[in-house]
Amino acid sequence: MSTATQEPVALLPAPEPRPATYLNVAHGVVSWLLTKDHKRIAILYLITVTAMFFLGGVAISIVRLNLMTPDGGLVSADTYNRLFTMHGVIMVFFFLVPVVPAVLGNFCLPLMIGAKDLAFPRINLASWYLFTIGAAWTLFAMLGNGLDTGWTFYTPYTSQSSHYNVVPALIGIVISGFSSIFTGLNFIVTTHRLRAPGMTWWRLPIFVWTIYATSFIFLLAVPVLAMALILVILERLLHIGVFDPSLGGDPLLFQHLFWFYSHPAVYIMILPGMGIVSEVIPCFARKNLYGYTMVALASFGIACVGFFVWAHHMFVAGISMYAAMVFSILSYLVAVPSAIKVFNWTATLYKGSISFEAPMLYALGFVCLFTAGGLTGLFLAALGMDMHVHDTYFVIAHFHFIMVGGMVMGYMAGLHYWWPKITGKMYSEWWSRMSAIIIFVGFFLTFLPQFLVGYAGMPRRYHRYPAEFQVWNVMSSAGASILAVGYILPLFYLTYSLLYGKPAGPNPWKATGLEWQTPSPPPRDNFETTPEVVRGPYEYHLEKAQNEP
Amino acid sequence: MSLDQSILTADERAELELTALASHPLEEQYANLEQQHETAVLGMWVFLATEVLFFGVLFLGLAAYHIKYPEAFEAGSQKLNWVIGGINTVVLLVSSLTMVLAVHFARLGENRRTCWCLALTAALGCVFLCLKGLEYYLDYRENLIPGWRFDDSEWVQEGLHADQVPHVKLFLLFYWIMTGLHGLHVTIGIGVVVWILVLAAKGRFTPTRYTAVDVTALYWHFVDLVWIVLLPMLYLQGTHTL
Repeated sequence: MSTATQEPVALLPAPEPRPATYLNVAHGVVSWLLTKDHKRIAILYLITVTAMFFLGGVAISIVRLNLMTPDGGLVSADTYNRLFTMHGVIMVFFFLVPVVPAVLGNFCLPLMIGAKDLAFPRINLASWYLFTIGAAWTLFAMLGNGLDTGWTFYTPYTSQSSHYNVVPALIGIVISGFSSIFTGLNFIVTTHRLRAPGMTWWRLPIFVWTIYATSFIFLLAVPVLAMALILVILERLLHIGVFDPSLGGDPLLFQHLFWFYSHPAVYIMILPGMGIVSEVIPCFARKNLYGYTMVALASFGIACVGFFVWAHHMFVAGISMYAAMVFSILSYLVAVPSAIKVFNWTATLYKGSISFEAPMLYALGFVCLFTAGGLTGLFLAALGMDMHVHDTYFVIAHFHFIMVGGMVMGYMAGLHYWWPKITGKMYSEWWSRMSAIIIFVGFFLTFLPQFLVGYAGMPRRYHRYPAEFQVWNVMSSAGASILAVGYILPLFYLTYSLLYGKPAGPNPWKATGLEWQTPSPPPRDNFETTPEVVRGPYEYHLEKAQNEP
Repeated sequence: MSLDQSILTADERAELELTALASHPLEEQYANLEQQHETAVLGMWVFLATEVLFFGVLFLGLAAYHIKYPEAFEAGSQKLNWVIGGINTVVLLVSSLTMVLAVHFARLGENRRTCWCLALTAALGCVFLCLKGLEYYLDYRENLIPGWRFDDSEWVQEGLHADQVPHVKLFLLFYWIMTGLHGLHVTIGIGVVVWILVLAAKGRFTPTRYTAVDVTALYWHFVDLVWIVLLPMLYLQGTHTL
């Protein structure tokens, strides 16, 4: 299927009169800043998180440049600490966690279930404000005096040794945490109450299932982080030993509370990506999603089991051996629902009529990189192996395979898949495919060497390293520059498409989801009349049956 | 929660529906008021789930450190004013009763009584805060504020080892955060109750439409419940004497 040859669609005739869409229903900055429309709020989030992504990218670019030489001559050790902290904090809290739920989830969830808006539009707008204020606050703290504790905020780094802006940075993160909670609350209630007639639970697209499961993690994990960070703030201000061992506190309790949030947060950062891939693969393989029920339940399985594996981050922190064994076994369990998903995606591809549009290239990249990242996760769940590679670049490579190779690839797949719906315009086919390939290649070159150098024993977060590791680090830095090109390209061709792109029409991919049954960009109320749903989300085989007489 | 439990006839209900719609606009994302009501109630339940986890961290921290430092925590608990704490428990429990009666009368359409019950609830909430304020003042007098008014030597005279004094501070920190956060919730609760009291006085609620009363009651009961857990965890550790 090629969009270039597509006929002009009946719903979008001559330029005049232009159909009323959510974009032209009102004009001016105020109409955007006070909007209650979930689609406009999604755009607000898109702008914010994109800015955050590039800021976090700049920080790590300097780190990678510094690591080109073993004695790290570019920045001082102190600056180095602040740079990797900035990268971690921005990318985790202000990019990866909100990116898919708040941008694509916000935009698509009501469209996919046939609703006019989210259940609580004002709370939705308030979430964006909380997020932006929190992000600005933390950013201000990190750019001003800096923060050098690492994104994990371990005590006693945060409670006594750091001389930097710990308190303001943490306040910003707590504020933006409430934005996540409210977003999750909104999505759960919307999914329960605002489904169109006929949209039963087993007709929900997998993307909705994954966003729904993610929302539960938001709801149950984020308050724990918020309260733990508030305790750290109070400890630092009042010098009372909550987590600081020299004052009678217990640093292990902080690690437990931190990972009780941050491990499920890893699934916040991968489940929505899985949802996107489950939308994209059936569409570009023109096949019904294989094992829909299992994929939907696996999303929930991952969210549930994900709550009970947090202490696998603490195997060397001095927890009891028996606790470590239990958490190790539970961590292996997460592989089961993850593997179910990968099997089902490959089974969907099997004998499909596959075409390699940009969203599909990204989605296939996701499957490949996620599988590699997931398998190395099993290494880390094994107690003995984890002792060996704990806090090395092996861990860095593993979670970047999941978060960058997985989630960012998934996000790019989703962004390219729904871009015609969001903007009503098509982007350059050639450039978008090129960018997908460049990112894939750049990613492998950046992070594959890190597995090897980590296995050889190079620890993470160090400003200098022994000269024998240099060749791997140079490869990694070279890969990072390719990766950067891949990430900057979409900025250009997507912006270009806004101005000069061809009209996309309501359904450029001939997809079966409900969101494609309305014009692009959608009208303010999403659908002209409330849709009546009569079939499942991936009925691509019906199209085949029609075409074959 | 079902809405058709009232004892009105169909005609009466249809008429009430119209008046309710006139004063109680339907938000555009909902198909009807029924859906709007159920969505609001579910939203509050989901929000309370978050709150449980939010307070849960403090409960967990307090319990974990109590196991680790029993002597210091019990010494700290002895100093708290369990008499005021106990009276406040009764005050909050009665306020939950008046809140539940407010929902009951709203469902029956007895608007005057709804107003009275809401006013009583808010008043009891204020009594709670006043007593809490008094207790905070007494704590201040007794040097129970770590970081501001706190004297290590007093605790050593009480028979604690000097190493244990930081643990007393830790206990008191939990006391201040937990009761402070709870007091904040009560304050917000009073504000919301007063707000729906104004709405009720304007006749906004009908036997089929009393969403705001229902949702506020859920929140109020939750805040009450948090106190029920706080009381034994903070005030009733170890042996107490009058």
